[in-house]
Amino acid sequence: MPVRVGVVVFPGSNCDRDTIHGLAVAGAEPVELWHEQASLEGVAAVILPGGFAYGDYLRAGVIARFSPVMRSIGDFARDGGLVLGICNGFQVLAEAGLVPGALLRNRSLRFAGRDVSIVAERRDTPFTRAIDTPGPLRMPVAHGEGCYYADETTLDALERDGAVLFRYVRPDGTRAEPGDPANPNGSLRAIAGVVNAAGNVAGLMPHPERASEAILGSVDGLGILRSLVESAAERAAGTRPVGVGSR
Amino acid sequence: MSSFRFAVNVTPKPGILDPQGRAVEGSLGHLGIEGVSAVRVGRRVELTVDARDEASARTIVERLASELLSNPLIESYAVETLAAASSTVGAAGEA
Repeated sequence: MPVRVGVVVFPGSNCDRDTIHGLAVAGAEPVELWHEQASLEGVAAVILPGGFAYGDYLRAGVIARFSPVMRSIGDFARDGGLVLGICNGFQVLAEAGLVPGALLRNRSLRFAGRDVSIVAERRDTPFTRAIDTPGPLRMPVAHGEGCYYADETTLDALERDGAVLFRYVRPDGTRAEPGDPANPNGSLRAIAGVVNAAGNVAGLMPHPERASEAILGSVDGLGILRSLVESAAERAAGTRPVGVGSR
Repeated sequence: MSSFRFAVNVTPKPGILDPQGRAVEGSLGHLGIEGVSAVRVGRRVELTVDARDEASARTIVERLASELLSNPLIESYAVETLAAASSTVGAAGEA
């Protein structure tokens, strides 16, 4: 029986259907979770999809943070439940304090909608363990507020603790220097995604669900969805502890 | 119960990149204006609170400002008390 993975639908979510499709391709049974419901319906993992939850008014992600479903997801995450935020979902997790840092307006002030290359800095997490592509992963970004920010002390701690999960790189895999167009939003240290200290909540700005089938031009994102689905399935079966903790 | 009118001014913390401020600053040359620097763009939220007294109204505003209106990682806020005259909701001129 496929593992049930929840996809939250906020008013203004617009990647929920793509994420549901991508999860089915990755072998899960997707379950829609409406923002006004407090029940997570017994899912083994949750994805917060991309979009513009509550119109992104005030700050991207902040109003979504106070919805009934997010209160439940906060408890779920604190109990070790697997949560992945994609794009706007990452912004919601950051506003909720479930992952470190903040997402600022893109340095260019322009919406960035194009393919980027990222590397998974760790492949031993519930979000990256099934990635089988040797080089950088190619997938789209589509956001106006994706510039990752944390203060220098926090950034050093994140690097040290292995909390930097994805980083923007040039297509050949070399590091994106400051000002490099390979870093689409000016993120500090070219950070594209992070994982929390407990290792069970992660967020990234690029869209793996938009790169999960050959017809979409790339299958590099499928490894991320498959990682989550496999980890969730193990959790549901109770065969392996959730999260890997920090190094 | 009385009504109290406040403004919450939210600004990016010092050192936080503010691309909007930089864009505004960059446009000043087109206006022929010189000598303006360190432009920071923030947001101002005005609101009315019904409470026993001003102190309890302010407590509510402080909570709202720190938990919702600002993100403490990147922004600071200042609460300002507005004159009662401006508390008329939907006053003329407010389109």
